[in-house]
Amino acid sequence: MVRLLDIQDLSVSIGSKQVLKDVNLRIDPGETHALFGPNGTGKTTLLNAIAGIPRYVVDSGRIIFKGQDITRMSMDQRARLGIGMAFQRPPAIRGLKLKDLIKIINPKSDGPAILKEMDFEPFANRDVNRGFSGGEVKRSEMVQLLAQQPDFVMLDEPDSGVDLENIKLIGDAINQLTQKDMRPSQRTKSGLLITHFGHILEYMKTDMAHVMMNGSIVCSGNPREILDQIKKSGYEGCVACMCPA
Amino acid sequence: MHVSSVEERAERAKDKKAIYGTDVDLESYESEARPHEVVQQAEELPSAVKKAALDVGVKLDKESSGAYVQMDQTPVIAKSLYDGVEIMDMASALKKHDYLQDYWWKLVAPDADKYTADVAQSPPAGYFIRAKKAMKTVFPVKSCLYLGSTNLNQRVHNVIIAEEGSELHVITGCTTPSHVQRGLHVGVSEFFIQKNAKISFTMIHSWGKEVEVRPRTGITIAEGGSLSNNYICLRPVKTLQTFPTATLAGKGAVASFNTVIYSSMGNIDVGSNVNLNAPDTSAESISRVVSVGGEVIARGRMTGMVPGVRAHLECVGLLLSEKGRIYSIPELDGRSKDLDMSHEAAVGRISEEELEYLMARGLSSEEATSVIVRGFLDVEIKGLPEELKQEIKNITQREDLKGA
Repeated sequence: MVRLLDIQDLSVSIGSKQVLKDVNLRIDPGETHALFGPNGTGKTTLLNAIAGIPRYVVDSGRIIFKGQDITRMSMDQRARLGIGMAFQRPPAIRGLKLKDLIKIINPKSDGPAILKEMDFEPFANRDVNRGFSGGEVKRSEMVQLLAQQPDFVMLDEPDSGVDLENIKLIGDAINQLTQKDMRPSQRTKSGLLITHFGHILEYMKTDMAHVMMNGSIVCSGNPREILDQIKKSGYEGCVACMCPA
Repeated sequence: MHVSSVEERAERAKDKKAIYGTDVDLESYESEARPHEVVQQAEELPSAVKKAALDVGVKLDKESSGAYVQMDQTPVIAKSLYDGVEIMDMASALKKHDYLQDYWWKLVAPDADKYTADVAQSPPAGYFIRAKKAMKTVFPVKSCLYLGSTNLNQRVHNVIIAEEGSELHVITGCTTPSHVQRGLHVGVSEFFIQKNAKISFTMIHSWGKEVEVRPRTGITIAEGGSLSNNYICLRPVKTLQTFPTATLAGKGAVASFNTVIYSSMGNIDVGSNVNLNAPDTSAESISRVVSVGGEVIARGRMTGMVPGVRAHLECVGLLLSEKGRIYSIPELDGRSKDLDMSHEAAVGRISEEELEYLMARGLSSEEATSVIVRGFLDVEIKGLPEELKQEIKNITQREDLKGA
C-alpha cells in the first residue's frame, strides 16, 4: 500500500527562525492522527508546511503525498491533489458569500445540503467569516471542507471556541471527511488534527497520536492513552512515561 | 437667477480653472454637433446606441418608468411611460414650465469653473425629470448620454425634482462607442429632493481612452428626504473629475454615496461632498477603488453644522500595480458640539492571508485574486440591474488583472 502522507526528516523555518527539526510522520490511507504539544512548539507550522504556505520554508527533508514529492509544489496544486485544511484563525473575505465560495471550491458539491448538515444555512449569504464568532468560523471551515472533499484533511484546533452543542456537529463532519462511518478496510481518506484539550476526541475517532516538543515529534502512540497521560503528568511527563529515551 | 445674469457670470468664469482635476483645453474640442434624428420609441434607436446603452447597464426596452437618450447634443427621445413621472428634454421643459427658473443653476453655480461656464453659455440640452407629489415609482427612469462624435464637447444640463413624498429611481449610463477616439463630456446636474421624497440615482460611466469627463452635480434634500447615489466607472478614461455636493437641508434628511472605480490608466479624481446642515441628518460615503494603473484620487468630505448629525466615510483602495497611484483623502469637518463623524481609509495590496486561504481550497493565485477583487468591488448597491451586477463581476476576469 502506498502511504498517503510520508514526511521525511522535515526541517522548516519562518524567517530566520527554525521551527521544525527533522520531523518524521507517516499517515496511511484511512488513518486519522492527533497532534498534541505545548503552545509554540510547531504544530501549526507543520500543518502550514504541508499545506504549502510560502512563508514556511522547507530547509531540508521531503513531503511525499500519494507517492509524489510535493515539497516544492504550490498551495493550490497541493489542494487539487487532495490536501485540505481547516484553519485555526481564517481571514474574513469581504464581498465573497459563503454559498458562492462553496460553488467555487467545488461546482459539483451540494451547497444547500452541506449548509443544512452543519446547521449553517443562515450564513449562506454572509461574507465568508466576516463577523462570525469563534465557533461559527469553525463551522464555516467544515462547510468548505465538506465541499472540497479532500483525501487528506488537516484540522487546526477545530474545537476551539466551539460550544458543546456544536462540537458534536464538528466531530460528525470530521468523521465524515475521514470516512469513520465506513468499515476500516474501506476507508481511504485520512486526517491530521491539532487539539489542546481533546474535547473533540469524544466525538470523533482517531487512530494514532503524536506529541510534538520543540519542533520535533518525540512520542507516538494510542490517542486515548497519550491524552490521559498528558492530563495526568503534563507533556514532558507523558513523554517520559510513554516514550522514554 | 435671471437668465441674463447666469450668462454674465458664466462669461466671467470662462477661463476659470477647476479646483480639482487636470485642466482641460476646451478650445481643442468642437462645440458644434451634427443633429440626430428624433425617435418616438426607444426600440427605434440606432442599434449602436442601444448596444452602448446596454454596456452601461441601461436596457432601454425593458421595464422602466420612462427614458431619455441624448446623442451628442440632440435629445433623441424623452418619454415617460408613467403618469406620475414627467420626462422632457431640458429646452422644452424650460419653455413649458416658468417655475423652472427657480431651479435652474440654483445648486451648481454657472461660474463655478470654466466647465459650468461653458455649459451655461450653450443652448440647454439634458433631461428634466419630475416625480409628481406622492408618486412612488418602482421601475427606474433610464437615461443614456451618448457621445458619438470624435472631438466633440458634449454639454449636458439635467434637473431632477422629486416632489413631496415621491419616490424616483434613475439609472444613467454615459458612454462612447469604441470608434470615438477623443471627446469631452461636461454634465451639470441639479437634484431637488423635497420633503419626504426619495431618489436613488445610479450612474455608470464607460468612456474611451481619450475621453475627458467633468460632471458637476448639486443636490439638496429637504426634511425627511433621502438620496442613494451610486457611481460606477470600470472602463479606461483619460481624465475624470467630479465632486458632487449634497446639502442635507431639512431635519432627518439622509444621503448615501457609493463609488466603485476600476482604474487602468489616466487620471481619475472623484469623491462626494456632504453638508449636514439640519438636525438628525445622516450621511454615509463608501468608495472602493481598484487600480492596476493610472492615478485615482478618492475624496470624501463631510461637514457637520448642527448637533446630532451622523456621518461616516469609507475610502478603501486596492493598488495592484507599480504603475498605479491611489490617493485617499477623507475629510471630516465638525462645526458643532454633539455630532458623530468618523472615517475609515485604507490603501493596500491584496492580503496574502486571504490569497493563501483561497489557494488552500484549490484556487489558483489568479483565481483567488479575481475572487478577492470581485468581492472588494461588490458594495451591494441595492436596486442595481442584474446586467450591471454581472458587468462588475466580469470586470475582474479581464486580462489586465491577471498576474496582478
